[in-house]
This record gives sequence, structure tokens and C-alpha cells, in this order.
Amino acid sequence: MAEMTLIEAIRTALDEALAQDERVFVTGEDIGRRGGVFRATQGLYEKYGARRVMDSPLTEMGIIGVGIGAALADLRPVCEIQFADFIHPAFNQIVGEAARMYYRSAGGWQVPLVIRVPYGAVPGGGLYHCQSVEALFAHIPGLKIVVPSTPRDARRLLHGAILDPNPVLFLETKYGYRQIRGEVPEQDAPLLPGPARIAREGGDLSLFAWGLMAFYAEIAAERAAQEDGLDVEVVDLRTLHPLDQESVLGSLRKTGKALVVHEDTRTMGFGAEIAALLVDEAFEYLDGPVKRLTAPDVPAAPFNRGMFDYFLPGPDDIFAAIRELAAY
Amino acid sequence: MPDETGPGPSQRLSDDTLLEMYRLMLLSRRLDERAWALHRQGRVQFHVSAMGHEAAQVGAAFAIKRGVDYVVPYYRDLAMAIALGCSALDFMLGLFARRDDPWSAGRQMPCHFSDRGRHIISGSSTVATQVPQAAGLAFAIHYRQRAGLVDPQDATQPRLALTSLGEGSTNQGEWHEGMNWAGVQGLPMVCLVENNRYAISVPQTEQMAIPSVATRAASYGAQGESVDGNDVLAVHAAMHRAAQRAYRGEGPSLVEAHTYRLTPHTSDDDDRSYRSREEVAAAGEVEPLVRYRQTLLERGLLTPSRVDELEARTRAQVDEAQRAAEAAPEPAPEEADSPVLAPLPEGLT
Repeated sequence: MAEMTLIEAIRTALDEALAQDERVFVTGEDIGRRGGVFRATQGLYEKYGARRVMDSPLTEMGIIGVGIGAALADLRPVCEIQFADFIHPAFNQIVGEAARMYYRSAGGWQVPLVIRVPYGAVPGGGLYHCQSVEALFAHIPGLKIVVPSTPRDARRLLHGAILDPNPVLFLETKYGYRQIRGEVPEQDAPLLPGPARIAREGGDLSLFAWGLMAFYAEIAAERAAQEDGLDVEVVDLRTLHPLDQESVLGSLRKTGKALVVHEDTRTMGFGAEIAALLVDEAFEYLDGPVKRLTAPDVPAAPFNRGMFDYFLPGPDDIFAAIRELAAY
Repeated sequence: MPDETGPGPSQRLSDDTLLEMYRLMLLSRRLDERAWALHRQGRVQFHVSAMGHEAAQVGAAFAIKRGVDYVVPYYRDLAMAIALGCSALDFMLGLFARRDDPWSAGRQMPCHFSDRGRHIISGSSTVATQVPQAAGLAFAIHYRQRAGLVDPQDATQPRLALTSLGEGSTNQGEWHEGMNWAGVQGLPMVCLVENNRYAISVPQTEQMAIPSVATRAASYGAQGESVDGNDVLAVHAAMHRAAQRAYRGEGPSLVEAHTYRLTPHTSDDDDRSYRSREEVAAAGEVEPLVRYRQTLLERGLLTPSRVDELEARTRAQVDEAQRAAEAAPEPAPEEADSPVLAPLPEGLT
């Protein structure tokens, strides 16, 4: 057992995957000698060489397109998009190509591709280093969307994503890279995309979140327990697509109240899908409105710190939302 | 080296191979004509034609290790697919969107080829998307060779990735990004540009400021060559040089085959608004099938009676494929909801 930050766990998983499977290689911008702008690949270039830890030209579309080709040829590419904000030039390769390949070839071709994407708000990031893109991609059949919120999950889900024969978008909360710490067992089995995690059990209210917001949700839930005696169940979704519907519905049936928290903007955010699912499948269990706490509908977190803090839901905001819904 | 200039490589093709190339061009052409007829009769929904491009495609296919090297074609490559071993029935099953359509089980438009066994990658309708993927396939070849996992001379393993597209598609960012990647890493990729002078309706002169796409190869450190795309042997010779460079580890090449689309873009297009009838008729005068037949007649490899015999045989093949495809079952409607995700391998849960 060792305590790690989120990014140390990701680096550990990459190191292990490179050691275990000769087909695994890592590519992206500045991931070689530089070790990645966030240091996710630090030391790996020295250890595995340029063939397996390969700086790409400056081309997001190329990183994904080449990754698709390599995956079709049965390698196991782990592609890094430096910031989620830069993924848009690769949108067509991800959405039009990787995600559709299996269906359009009637199962003839598979794309075992992992796309690692630092995402979400970070102080000082501004409009083009802060975007949350999960809802854009969660709409697309044929992609898996994974968002770990603990170091242990980051390590085992990254292994699981590499084992999965489908394209997996692996979203990493970059604001959480160094503030989220946790115990990581010495030996741990890979976790395939799919199951949610009940981060905290409770009977008064279900709080659904992922990534940084799942981390904050636990802090807020603890405060709600101490200050208000509320028993909040925190469901860390971990995989958005395919969604673990049973865990979501199971929790709501237990508590009767649902709060979704995401740092993505509000309209057509993934929270809307959770709300629709609950209304469709568990209407009679609802004891109140399905509430969403989200960022406002503006492009991304602004650069100015005060505006940034206003944009991004924090533990205090989540606590207030819990208190309000609990009182309904 | 004798391979580096002139038509050397195609002079070494055996008589049987030369005739096989003709037979495949002919089969593609007659399938194509039948598809147009079936569309005009309202019996199929859509067709996208390769007519006029057969020399470029068959010449290219015969320059690589067919069925082994990776091919990432585009929707106009019917003759390429046929030359790679896809059958008349494969085409017809796709044309009729039947359940057993081997390329997409009725999910994609016709001529969206896919054949894992033959290393033909499934394509979309969005042009140039296949180019970075071809670079990725070429990268995988290179990766395995450098890792010592395969012998670079082992012809039972893929040793290059061939991709193809129209000249208009080379204006797309994906073409640039894929070519650049292949160039900077010296990957075994060959890009065949089938230059038919129009991107649907917009002529090349309004697509780019240069007369030859091959010029663009220099930007990628790639070898560029333009060739008469209506001369199957000339295409074969240029493609052979490109393929040999790839096999020798000398990096990517671009072969531009100048040709002409003898039909509208697709069965939904009407080309009368953008191409004069005189221009189309003139292109028909130099079209590749008639031209190659003439070459083979002059060389004594074909005789008029042998030509007729091949026509009859091809027609029977097309008839039989059409009959079988029309009689083949439709997919159940609920197969629209087939899995979009591949199942997990055995042992993983």
C-alpha cells in the first residue's frame, strides 16, 4: 500500500502497462523528453525509449488518426491530448471514425484505443485550458467515457481501458492531479470501464458526481453529516458511458432525492441524462426534484481568479445544494 | 536500379498477370454498369461509381502484396476492392444492402469496403479521414519491425499501408496531418491520389493553385510522382516504385494518377451542370478499359474472340452475383440496434 497523487497513479499505470505488453505505446505532444506538460509520462521516455514513448508532431487529429490505425493493426496505443480544449480538431477521428468502426464494419474491425485527456477547470487555465468535454462525447454510441476520481481507480481503470477492445476516452481531472491523494494497493486487478462506486453510503440523499466533483462531493457530504446530521450517499459514476444505470437507480430508490454535480456547463450536460433516467425509471421513488449543480453556461472557467471561483462548484456550493434539497 | 525509371516493373509482369488485370478491370466495369442500371430501375437505393478509375486502382493493387499489405481505400475504389480479392457477390450484397453484405451488413452505403481477412480497412464517407489511419497502420508495421517482432523482409506480414483518395480530398487537414506524420517518421505508406479533375462539381483549378498534387509530396519529404492514370501499366510501374521504396524503409510516397470520372459523382448527382458533354465524350476516348484491351490485342495476349469470351464470362458472373444478392435475405429491422461496442475478450469481466 502506498499513498499517491492522482497523477502518480496514472504514471504508475502507464509504466506498468508499458512493461507488461510490448504492444502498448504512448504518444502525444511533449510526452517524451519533457515527460508531458503535467508530468504524466515523466521518466517513461528514459525507461522505454522513443519507440514506445513517442513525441508526436503537433497534430491532435493525427494523434488520434494514427492511434486508430495502430489499434486496427492490433497495437495498444495510449494517446494523450494535452488539454481537453485541444481535442476538437480530433473530433471527427474520434466520433466519425473510432466510435463507428465496430458498427460500420459489422464487427469486422475493432479500435482498442485509449485517449488520455486532462480536462476541466484549473486556476489560471482560462477558456482554452479548462474545458469539460464529457457530454460532447458521452452522446456518441461506440465510445466509452471513463473519469476516475481516486488514485486507486485511476490506476486500475487505466489498465482496464487498455484491456478494453473499444475506444476509451479517459478523462483526468487536472485540478485533481495533485490535490487528490489516496491509498493505492501494491497489487490491484484492472478495473474495466462500467461500474460506479458508492464513495459514501447514506440514506437521505443521493449525490451523483465524477472526477473532481466526486472528490468535492465527499468533502461536502462529510460536512453535511457533521453540521446537519445528514446521511448523503455519494455515487462516483467513474464511467459515464456506458452508464451504470443500476447503481444510479438503486441509490435513488434508497434515498428518494437526487443531486447531480458537474463542473461542465449546464445545458445538455451529463446531469440532464441522469435526471432523465431517474424520471423515466424511478419516478415513483422521487421525493423531490432532481437537482443539478453545475457551472454556468459560459465557454469555460475564466482566467481571473474571482471569476474562476464563481464558475467552478466547490465543496461549499455542494454543501449548500445538499442542505437545500434535503429540506425540500 | 532498373525499378527507378520507366515502365520496367510492368514489363516483368507475366502474361497471366496482365490478363488477370484486364479481367478484373472488366469485372469492375461491368458490375459498375449493372449497378447504374439497377439504380435507374429503382431496384437499389444508391451507387457510387469507379468507372474510369479502373486502371489507377488495379495498377495500384497489383503493385503491392494483395491481401497482405494494409489498404485503406475510399468509396470510389470498386476496382481496387475487386483486385484485392473481393468478389462480385460481395459488391452486390452491399449494393442491395443485404444481411450478408460482408463490408457492413447493410449499415453503410455501397462501396464502403471492409475486409479484415484481406487487410482492407473499413472507411467512412468523410473524405481524407483514412489518411492518418493509414499512417497509423504504417506506424504499426514500422513499430513491429523496429521491435524485432517481425522480419522486414517477411512478405507474409504487412509491409506497407496503401491509402487512396481523390485530388480534392488532399485539401483536407487530415490528408496533411497524415502525410506529415508518415513523412517525419519515414513510414512505409503509399498514398494514391486518383485525380479525376473534379471534387464532385468543383474543378481542380478552384481547389488548389498547382496543376499537380504530386508537388505536395515535397512538403512531407515524400517521393511524388504523376502518372497517366488511364494506363494501367504506367500506374503499376509508378506504384511499384513507391511500394519498393516503402518495403526498403525509404519512407512514404505519393502517386498521382491522372484520370477521369466517366459518370456523375454518384447516382444522386447530375454532372450536366458542371461538365460539358463534349468533355465527357472526349474522356471516353481515352478511357482505361478500352485502352488496355487495345494494348493487349496489339501484344497478341488477347484476340477478338477471347475478348468476346471474357465479356460473356464476366456478364454471367455479374448476372449470377446479382441474382444471388437479390435472393439473399434482408437484415431483420432490429439488427439496426446491433452492438456498437466490441465484446470483451474471453477471461475479462
